[in-house]
Amino acid sequence: MKQLLQTRVTGGVGDSAARPDGALKVRGEFAFASDLWADRMLWGATLRSPHPHARILGIDITEALRVPGVHAVLTHEDVPGSKRYGLEIADQPVLAIDEVRYAGEPVAIVAADHPETARRAAARIAVSYQVLPPVTEAEDGQVLRHVPIRRGDPDATAELVVTGEYEVGMQDQAFLGPEAGLAVPAADGGVDLYLATQWLHADQRQVAACLGLPPALVRLTLAGVGGAFGAREDISMQVHACMLALRTGRPVKMVYGREESFLGHVHRHPAKLRYEHGATRDGRLVYVKARIMLDGGAYASSSAAVVANAATLGIGPYDVPNVVMDAYVAYTNNPPCGAMRGFGAVQACFAYESQMDKLAAAAGLDPVEVRIRNALREGARMPTGQVVDGPAPVAELLRRVQAAPPAPPRSDDPRLLPGGVGNTTHGEGVVRGVGYAIGIKNVCFSEGFDDYATARVRLELISGEPVAFVHTAAAEVGQGLVTVQAQVARTELGVERVVVATADTSVGSAGSSSASRQTYMTGGAVRAACAAVRQRLFARLARDPAGLWLAGGKVVSVDGVVADLAEVLGDDPIEETVEWRHRPTSPLDPHTGQGDAHVQYAFAAHRATVDVDVELGLVRVVEIATAQDVGKAVNPQAVVGQIHGGTAQGLGLAVMEEIQVVDGMVRNPSFTDYLIPTILDVPPMHVEVLELADPHAPYGLRGVGEPPAISSTPAVVAAIRAATGRPLTRVPVRPEHLIG
Amino acid sequence: MRITVTVNGQQRQADHVWAGESLLYLLRERLGLPGAKNACEQGECGSCTVYLDGEPVCACLVAAGQVQGRSVTTVEGLAAQRVQQAFLEAGAVQCGFCTPGLIIAVHDLLARTPRPGDAEVREALAGNLCRCTGYEKILDAVRLAASR
Repeated sequence: MKQLLQTRVTGGVGDSAARPDGALKVRGEFAFASDLWADRMLWGATLRSPHPHARILGIDITEALRVPGVHAVLTHEDVPGSKRYGLEIADQPVLAIDEVRYAGEPVAIVAADHPETARRAAARIAVSYQVLPPVTEAEDGQVLRHVPIRRGDPDATAELVVTGEYEVGMQDQAFLGPEAGLAVPAADGGVDLYLATQWLHADQRQVAACLGLPPALVRLTLAGVGGAFGAREDISMQVHACMLALRTGRPVKMVYGREESFLGHVHRHPAKLRYEHGATRDGRLVYVKARIMLDGGAYASSSAAVVANAATLGIGPYDVPNVVMDAYVAYTNNPPCGAMRGFGAVQACFAYESQMDKLAAAAGLDPVEVRIRNALREGARMPTGQVVDGPAPVAELLRRVQAAPPAPPRSDDPRLLPGGVGNTTHGEGVVRGVGYAIGIKNVCFSEGFDDYATARVRLELISGEPVAFVHTAAAEVGQGLVTVQAQVARTELGVERVVVATADTSVGSAGSSSASRQTYMTGGAVRAACAAVRQRLFARLARDPAGLWLAGGKVVSVDGVVADLAEVLGDDPIEETVEWRHRPTSPLDPHTGQGDAHVQYAFAAHRATVDVDVELGLVRVVEIATAQDVGKAVNPQAVVGQIHGGTAQGLGLAVMEEIQVVDGMVRNPSFTDYLIPTILDVPPMHVEVLELADPHAPYGLRGVGEPPAISSTPAVVAAIRAATGRPLTRVPVRPEHLIG
Repeated sequence: MRITVTVNGQQRQADHVWAGESLLYLLRERLGLPGAKNACEQGECGSCTVYLDGEPVCACLVAAGQVQGRSVTTVEGLAAQRVQQAFLEAGAVQCGFCTPGLIIAVHDLLARTPRPGDAEVREALAGNLCRCTGYEKILDAVRLAASR
């Protein structure tokens, strides 16, 4: 206890420390990527394909070059290095070469002195297309990856059998800050790119290859990021802006408008899923057979990893002895799909949780009870054979959301009924339902990927006071990673003052701000770098370093203060850079899907209460209760913020969010037509946070960001089913699914 | 064209403004005030909210030429410390792209309705999209600001 008290530091791990960027953000002074400006700056614009599939017969840029104010018009012929890039497979052209494979594919780029001039010039580029028939169904497309999983007896039979076919529409990340960046040509022939991204080094590797430059000449610095949710993991404007800057010798800024943003980043894979669950009469699962087909769109992006998640997490947090799973992702001429919060786990969860409700009905059990009877526990095996070797409180999370205070009874206030301020009902035709769901997500990168994060920490005296400087390339995208880095340094070094430097590529890679991994990985790296600094500091003392700690600006032991940190540091700062890895994972066997592929599993459960106007097909989610195990809440306020935000995105997928793709064309690329939840759509949430330490993770923490976005969708749909009795096999649920 | 406008209490002038430019472009790209944000440029998201002659407007929907001789207040020039502090304390800021617009929308709401109920807050902020927070902590921030 004495030790614990000594190591407490204000704003350390476990405190709801304030965001270091918060004050700038509320004053409107935080510089987002789209806010950047440079002297003599030009604006870039992109000409995109109007066809989902076509051969390019010719590109004539003459008229565009004639527009006054235009400084450059570039095509694939001007790409100095690799003509293609990609996160996993370099299959996506920087600019279309002889064929376009999706509507919205970049064909040419323009730099001009005004953004409207650049757009108008782009419109004057004459591209001659020979239109080709598009592949618009994944079933008709070339398979990019098939992940089979076989566990137990493939021919197992059971007394109760429930089957279902489900469909998930294409969801968009819909971050608010559009794709943006500023490329500045440098005197050394290189380029400095200031941008919004999730992974600076993955961008650097791809941009440098496409520019034909050594990575050292392509320096990336993170500008303010207005949300990400997976959509900034792939290249968008990065290479284009650098090409234009290098060609014109002037800074070039590119900012996508909202319509272009919908075309310019990957989306969540639409999915078709077929499930068969076999169980005993008392609802214990005997087998699950599943087939998942994901539409990968025109290019690979991170599809291969997404489909592996869909497969390995595809039966949910349940202990099932016999599993036959086949998950596929195929190329089509639809918009490319890739990372979005939940990453393959979302689509599967909608299907397997819908199945669990069917099973509950067939067995005559309560939906929560059937889940608890099959709940995964610590020590159980996943369908991949991997033993879950950390806490797996699946049953506990379900019990918690079931026991949460019930939603308030139906209100007489029409604003609180379906249709809301539209004042469409006074309660006639309104029915209520409650639904449950639970989900599972992997944390960090899987399948043997060499996943690491780098942190540089320097401890030095500034005006006589010890200050820790933390420098990583980890992308703060809104989740609060800058806060977490400072908290870790405070706890590990016992200093109040921490400065987190702007993320850039002058320090090693931190990996991506995705897969719910950054608090684990960059938090772990900062912690390890602090430990290295501490070790060197203690080596300066003429005594055994065992039992020493840093607290309150002092070196302390159980016996009290050993030395003043300022005296030990003196004029000689200590700096350490550490590359930190999580425990290794294994690839999946290509035939059986067996392997310890994942680092950590995370779980969240939701209970949704809805009112449905069955005459108008309108849904109002009245209340959501959720429980999640986070291992250790490094910043409790930020943890709850992640849970709220993820839950709201899952609600969006349940009842409103879908990119409408018809014949390969996106029909609703705007916030007028692609609806995300407003403050009227998101209900009050009851959040319970469990902290069951994972012995393998720094501080016992568990990734937080994605789990809440997984089970909220099926919980809301289950509640609508409970209210209406309709089968509802597709999300988002539309009004026409609820009436007639 | 030339636009003369009072912004945050100061008379400002911009030359060579193209007739198709919005007030949002004028502020962000010609007057060096990027606090109002460019999330949808269609009037759907509220992130570009500014006061025009005391009325909150989406700056993306106002043509630059319409503000000639008028008065604009942006988040950079707004005295809204009570609201801003509440947003910070409540944890209502994540990526922060929606925040400037929300600060103005909440400032306007509390000026009209000092003690709004939750339903009133939701109605007043229905035009401000946020993708990060799920709005819970934004509601907390409004309640906190209203209580002070």
